[in-house]
Amino acid sequence: MTRHRLAAGDGCWPPGLADLDQLSGSCGVRSIWLEGELPPLPGVAVVGSRQATFAGLEAARRIGADLGRRGVTVVSGFALGVDAAAHRGCLAAGGQTVAVLGCGLAVDYPRSHRSLRTEVSLRGALVSEYTAWDVPRAWHFPHRNRIIAALSRAVVVVEAGEKSGALSTARWAADLGREVLAVPGSILGLANQGSNRLLRDGARPYLDVSDLADLFPECAAPRPSDRRRRPERPGGERSTPLGARDDAARVLALVSAEPVPRELIGRALGLRASGLAVLLGELELEGHVRSLPGGLVARARW
Amino acid sequence: MVATAISCAVQGLSGIPVTVEVDVANGLPAFTIVGLTDRAIQEARERVRAAVRNAGFDFPQRRVTVNLAPAEVPKEGSGFDLAIAVALLRTGRELPLDDVACIGELALDGGVRGVIGVLPMARRLAASGIRRLIVPAENAAEAALVEGTEVIGVESLAVAVAYLEGRLALTPMAAPPMGELAAPGGVDLAAIRGQSLAKRALEIAAAGRHNLLMLGPPGAGKTMLARALAGLLPDLGADEALEVASLYSLRGRLSDRPATSLRPPFRAPHHSVSRAGLIGGGAGLAQPGEVSLAHGGVLFLDEVCEFPRAHLEALRQPLEERQVGVTRVRGTVTFPADFVLVAAANPCPCGRLGQREGPGCRCSEDVVVRYQARLSGPMRDRIDMVADVPRLGGEALFGSGAEEPTATVRERVAGARARQAERAASTGVAANALLGAEQLVAVARLDVRALDALTTAGERWRLSARAYHRVLRVSRTIADLAGEERVTRQVLLEAFQLRGQSQ
Repeated sequence: MTRHRLAAGDGCWPPGLADLDQLSGSCGVRSIWLEGELPPLPGVAVVGSRQATFAGLEAARRIGADLGRRGVTVVSGFALGVDAAAHRGCLAAGGQTVAVLGCGLAVDYPRSHRSLRTEVSLRGALVSEYTAWDVPRAWHFPHRNRIIAALSRAVVVVEAGEKSGALSTARWAADLGREVLAVPGSILGLANQGSNRLLRDGARPYLDVSDLADLFPECAAPRPSDRRRRPERPGGERSTPLGARDDAARVLALVSAEPVPRELIGRALGLRASGLAVLLGELELEGHVRSLPGGLVARARW
Repeated sequence: MVATAISCAVQGLSGIPVTVEVDVANGLPAFTIVGLTDRAIQEARERVRAAVRNAGFDFPQRRVTVNLAPAEVPKEGSGFDLAIAVALLRTGRELPLDDVACIGELALDGGVRGVIGVLPMARRLAASGIRRLIVPAENAAEAALVEGTEVIGVESLAVAVAYLEGRLALTPMAAPPMGELAAPGGVDLAAIRGQSLAKRALEIAAAGRHNLLMLGPPGAGKTMLARALAGLLPDLGADEALEVASLYSLRGRLSDRPATSLRPPFRAPHHSVSRAGLIGGGAGLAQPGEVSLAHGGVLFLDEVCEFPRAHLEALRQPLEERQVGVTRVRGTVTFPADFVLVAAANPCPCGRLGQREGPGCRCSEDVVVRYQARLSGPMRDRIDMVADVPRLGGEALFGSGAEEPTATVRERVAGARARQAERAASTGVAANALLGAEQLVAVARLDVRALDALTTAGERWRLSARAYHRVLRVSRTIADLAGEERVTRQVLLEAFQLRGQSQ
C-alpha cells in the first residue's frame, strides 16, 4: 500500500484542517500522511468508548451504516469498540470512511484490526499526522482527536464513560464550531455517563439519521430500506404450529435492544428451560434475537 | 532349604502373582533380596529381621536369599514384607500354605500394616485361583469385596503364623454389601435456584455422557452445578463399582469414597495439580491420576483456563480413548478414565464480561480472545455443550416456583440411557457422546423440518463440520430424553442453544 504526504496548502488539503490554525495555541496541522484516497469531506465523526456494551456497538454500527448508505463520510479513530463498529457499519453499507490514527501508518495497531485496515484503505483513507514508524503513545490519542473533529461537520458521541476520550473529541468539535450530538443512554451504570452529560450541557440528542438533516440534506428523508423493520410475525412460517407462534411472540415482546437474562424471560412466562430454548432457537434462527455471553438475549435489530 | 509363599505385584489396575522363594544356606550370615526390586523392598530386610525377632521367632544366623519370581517383572512397595517373613518361617516349621497368598507391610514390633492396592491385588489373585488371602486387618474390608475369596485380616505376624499353623481360628471377613454405604449424594438440583439452562445442560450431559463447558463469573454456582451432575448419573454396575474402588485402592484414597459405593465419583482437582496427579504416574507405584479417580463419574475442572496448557493437552488421550496410558521408566500401564468432563471458566480474565450490574468488564477484546483461545484445540472439540452460568440477582434467586429435584431428573436420565443401550446393540456405541461422524447420520434421524432448521442454521452461523456433529450428538440425546424416535425441529433448536458462542 502506498502512502503519501499532504502538506498544508496542497490542492487536496482538507479544508476543515485549516480551521485548527484559528484556535489559540499551537494545534494547527502542518502535514498529514495518507493511505488510500480521501473521500468527500467534511463528514460525520462517530466516536465512543473502547469498551462499549453490546447496545453501544450496535448503535455505532447502525449510525455508520445509515451515513454510509447516504454517501456521508464517516470519520472515526480506528480504536476498538465504538470506533471500529462505526467504520465497519459504514463499510458494510457501501460507504466511505476515514480513520485517524494515533500512531504512524506503518504501525500495526490495534493488532486485531488488520483486516479492517485493508478495507478502510481500499474504500477510504487512513490518516495520521505521525511519521510512518511512530509508535502509539498515550498522549497521541487525545491529540489526534482534533483532526477527527476538524475533518467533520458534526461529531456523534456513542456511549462515552465519564473519562472517555470521545469527550475530548466533543470538546475539540465545540471549539471548532462543529455540531456535537450524543446518543442518549441508560442512566444506570457507568457506560453512558459521559455522553449523557454532554446532552445536559447542550449537545443535541441523536435519535436517528434525520437529526443530521440540517447539516447533510441527504439525511433528511428516511429511505424505505432503513425504515425500522417491523419484526415480521415470529415463527410465521407455514411449518410452525399455532401455539408455538403465540409463545414466540410473547418471548419476543420481552426482548429488547438492552440484553435481558434468559432466566428472567423463562420466569416471566413460566417456561421450562427446554421450552424457552426451543422458542429462542426459533427466533434466533429467523434473525429476531441474538444470544450474548452471560446468558443474555437481545434483539438482533431494532 | 527352600520355602515359598505367594504375594502379588501391581501393574496398573492389574497385577502379577509373585512367588516369594526363600533359601536358607550355610555360610556367613547375610540377607539378600533379588528379583527387580525397588528401594522399599530392599529395606524390607531390616523390617523383616526385626519383626521376625520381635514376634518371638528366631531369625536364622545363616545365609538367607530371597527371590521374587518371576524375576523379570519389576516390583515395588512394602506389600511383600509379610510374604517374605512367612516364607522365611516356613523354612523352619510346618506351615501349610495351599492356595493362600499374603500381603502386608511389617512393623518392627511384628505388627502388620496396611498397604495400598490390596483390592486390585485380591482381584488378580482370585482370578489366578487363590482361594484364601491373608491381608492387613485395615485392608480386609476392601479385599473381601472380591467374590469367592476367603479374606483373613491379621494385625500381627504372630497371629498370621498361629492361624496358618492351625493354632488359632480366625473368621473370614464378611463381604460388605455393595451400595449400602452410599457416598453422600452431593448437591441436589432443587437446592440450586435459577440457572435453568445450565441445569438442563446437566441433564443432557448425564443422559448422553456429553462433556460440558460452563461459562460464568466466580460465585455464580458452577461448582454446585457440577456436583449436582454426579447426582444425576445412574448407579454404577457392580463390576464397574469394583473397578472404581480398585483405582481408589491403588491411590490409597478409599477414605475419600467407600469401596462399596455404587455412586459415580466426583473429582475436582485444583488447577495447581501436577501432571502426574492429574493424568497418573508418580515416583513409586504407577498411581492413577484424577482422570482415573473420576472413572465412571464426573471430572470437574474449575477455572479450566488456569490449568497449564500441557495438562489440558494431556487430557486428549483420556477424552478420546476413555483410558489413559502412563509411561514410566519401567514400562507403560493403562488405567481406565471414562468420565464426563465438566469444565468451568470465567468468560474473561476479570469474570465480568456480559454482566449487567456492577462495574462491568474492563478486559480489552484482545485479552478476551486470547483468554478463550486457551480452551481451543483438542479440548474444545471434545466439549459438546456450552452453558452460560450468569450470576443471578435477587429477582431470580428468590422468585417463587419449586425447582425440580435430582430424583425426578435422574429418572428421565435413566430412560434416555435405556434407549441408548437398546441402540448400542446395533451401533456398538454405548453413549451418544461417543457417536462418530458416520454413525451420527444413521442414528440422528432428523425429520424434514429439523433438516430445514439445520440447513438454515448452518448458513446463518457458518457451522464447521465439527460443530454440526456436536449439535447432532446433543440433539440425539435430547430426543432420547423426550423418548422420541426421530430428531425433531424443536429438539434441534434446543441443541443449538447449547452450542456456545464460538464464532
